[in-house]
Order: sequence, then C-alpha cells, then structure tokens
Amino acid sequence: MFGWLVWRDLMLAWRRRADVLATLFFFIIVVSLFPLGIGPERETLRTIAPGVVWVAALLASMLSLGRIFGNDYQDGTLEQLLLTPQPAYLVVLAKVLAHWIVSEVPLVVIAPVLGLQFGLSQNGLAIVVVSLLLGTPVLSVIGSVGAALTLGLRAANVLVALLVLPLYIPVLIFGSGAVQATVTNSDPQAWLLLLAATLIVSLVFAPWATSAALRISVE
Amino acid sequence: MLDVINLTCVRGTRRLFSNLNFSATEGELIELRGPNGSGKTSLLRILSGLAMPAAGEVRWRDRNIQSLREEYYGSVAYLAHQNAVKDELTALENLHISSAVAGKRLAKGRAQEILDRVGLSQQQNLPARVLSAGQRRRLGMTRLLTSNAKLWILDEVLTSLDDRAMNLSREFIADHLKQDGIAIVATHQDLNLNAPRLQQLRLT
Repeated sequence: MFGWLVWRDLMLAWRRRADVLATLFFFIIVVSLFPLGIGPERETLRTIAPGVVWVAALLASMLSLGRIFGNDYQDGTLEQLLLTPQPAYLVVLAKVLAHWIVSEVPLVVIAPVLGLQFGLSQNGLAIVVVSLLLGTPVLSVIGSVGAALTLGLRAANVLVALLVLPLYIPVLIFGSGAVQATVTNSDPQAWLLLLAATLIVSLVFAPWATSAALRISVE
Repeated sequence: MLDVINLTCVRGTRRLFSNLNFSATEGELIELRGPNGSGKTSLLRILSGLAMPAAGEVRWRDRNIQSLREEYYGSVAYLAHQNAVKDELTALENLHISSAVAGKRLAKGRAQEILDRVGLSQQQNLPARVLSAGQRRRLGMTRLLTSNAKLWILDEVLTSLDDRAMNLSREFIADHLKQDGIAIVATHQDLNLNAPRLQQLRLT
C-alpha cells in the first residue's frame, strides 16, 4: 500500500510536470539573481553562497507545499486515503516521500551547478549536496504539518509561510553552517551530524502531527 | 453489528440532531431522509469515522469505532459527494491505483470486468478529466465493487446518474444486502428496493 501510494503520487506529478518544473526554475532564478545583483567579486560571492543556496532551497520547497495534500483534498481522495486500513502515519510518510522525490531531489541535483557561479570549491560543492540531501527531507516533513493545518483555508499560501518558515530555521542554520565550514576550511562534520539528528527527530514526530492535523482538516 | 448510541452532532452553534439511536444488522438497509441541511452528510461522516460526534458513540461489533480505527476502516466503503477520482489518470488507472492504495490489488481482467459492469469500458483509456459528471460518478461507484466492505455508507448515490446507472446502483445495493452486507443510504429519491430488512430514518 505504501509503495503504491508513492507510485501514484509520482505518476500524478509526472502528468503535471509543469508544476514541478516551476519550483525548480524558481530555485535556479533566485540563486542566479545574487551574483548578478552583487557583482562578480569572488570573495564576497563565496561568503554568501551557503546562505543564498539554502534560503533559496527553503523558499522553493515552501512554494511546493500546497501540492502535498491540496489536490487530494479537493477531489475527495484524501478522505479515502484516511479511510484505508493502514495507519494515517504511513499515508503521510508516503506522501512526504513522494513530495521529497518530486520537489526536493531536483533541487539537490541542480545545486552544485549553481554553486559553481559562486566559486565554491569542489569540496564545498560536495558538502552542498550532502547537506541538502540531509536537510531537504526535513523541509518536506515539517512542511507537511503546515500544509495539513492550512488545508482548505483561503489564505493558505501565506499562512503556510508564516507557520513553516520559523520551523525551518534550525535546518537553515545547520545546512548553511556546513557549507560555510568548507569555505573557512574547517570541518563540516558536526553540522552534518546535527542535520542528520534533526532529520531523524522530525521523521519520527512530524508525520504524527501531520496526520492529526489532517483529521482535523477533513472533519 | 452497527450500533449508534445517543449520537449528537453540532455544527458551529447549530445542533443538527441529538440523542440519535439506531442499530443495523446483517442484510439491513437504512434509508436516511431529510431536507437539505438536516445533517445527513454529517451523520454519514461520523458513521464513516471521518468526523467526531459532539456526544454519543458509534459501535461496530460492540466496540467504539474511534478505538477500532484502521480495523473498522477495512470494513467500510464510504461514497461521498466527491468521487475521489483523479483527473490526471485514466479510468482504468484510477480503478487499479485506488484499490491498490486501499490494499486490494485487482487481478488483470477484473478491472476491465468492473468497468464493463458500470458501462465505462469504452472510456477506460480516457483521462478522467474528460469524463462527464455521471461517468465520473460511475467510476466512483466502482469502489463499492472492489472494497469487499461489509458496511456501505452512501451519500446521495443517485445524483447525476441516468436511469440505467440508477438501476445499476440499485442492483449493487440489492446484491450487497443479499450477501449479508449493511447499507446506509442518504437519498432524496425513492430507492424502490425490496430489501428484506428496511429501516427509514428521518432527520428534521
């Protein structure tokens, strides 16, 4: 059942790939605007690179949060999913996994290319990828709580930003900290471990909160 | 099997119904009647486990459905106003995937058979987006045939269906009752079913 739900979401995303590409292009454009606006000075760019990449990733993933449950809520599929004989926790986990694959993995793949614009070292680019790989699932799973809470509300998009962005702060600090460490030639390992810890804690608790929020939203 | 005890439902500040009591046994049909806004859908949502009652409880095989949860969901098929049909998928994919997600994979020929039965075999490879309202409703109805659920909760099943499809849904319900199933149907039209055990429930 879990696998089928992930497969279903991937298939739906493929049939609506314009939505997915929009998020990716948003990420590319936001990251590319900084070198254009700040100028080509190598040292400055290298210093701001970690923050810019991570803030852009945060904003891009926030843009796609409405899609996790929005369509299913509108056509009544969400109710049916909550009435399947499996724990709602697993339903949420499957949908979050699909969202991560569809909306976050492309960001992780394209990020090193964008990092080149900022003159990051090879080591720096590798850490960008690793930190995003650890951090973006946290964005998906914490974002799912906000998405579930704001389902069916009129100003859902704005509310989601207000709810979720503050919760993203630890990920932002740990993620950009890891990349920053490579710029200043120190060891990023501690930052990455913190990110991994955040990932584990959020994977355990957030889906539980999301399923509770979903039950409130469909009622 | 299904016992509703002192059920009260409040929406906002309005009390839709209070102290509702009834029970249903195998092979029983419950027709739920009442004007618009009398709480038919709210009652059905409480019975399906999606909504919580303000007071009272629903029991299935002598246990509260809120504590049974997933165990209960396995024996319920709930057909709401919305068809839970995915626009991007074809009729055939909708059928296959929705039953697989619910944990009941269909054998290869079975899906075709079901679509044939609801009269959608011509449209099986069309995306659901291009189907008419009635056709989407029929596609939604297929869930009843795939679910093997003991308890059917149907909200206005007959809306936007033509005569043929209406007869078909009557046939489905009659078959279900024959196999000792329970059906709770909210409706404005007469079902005209010769159910061996029939209960009419009126909300005001």
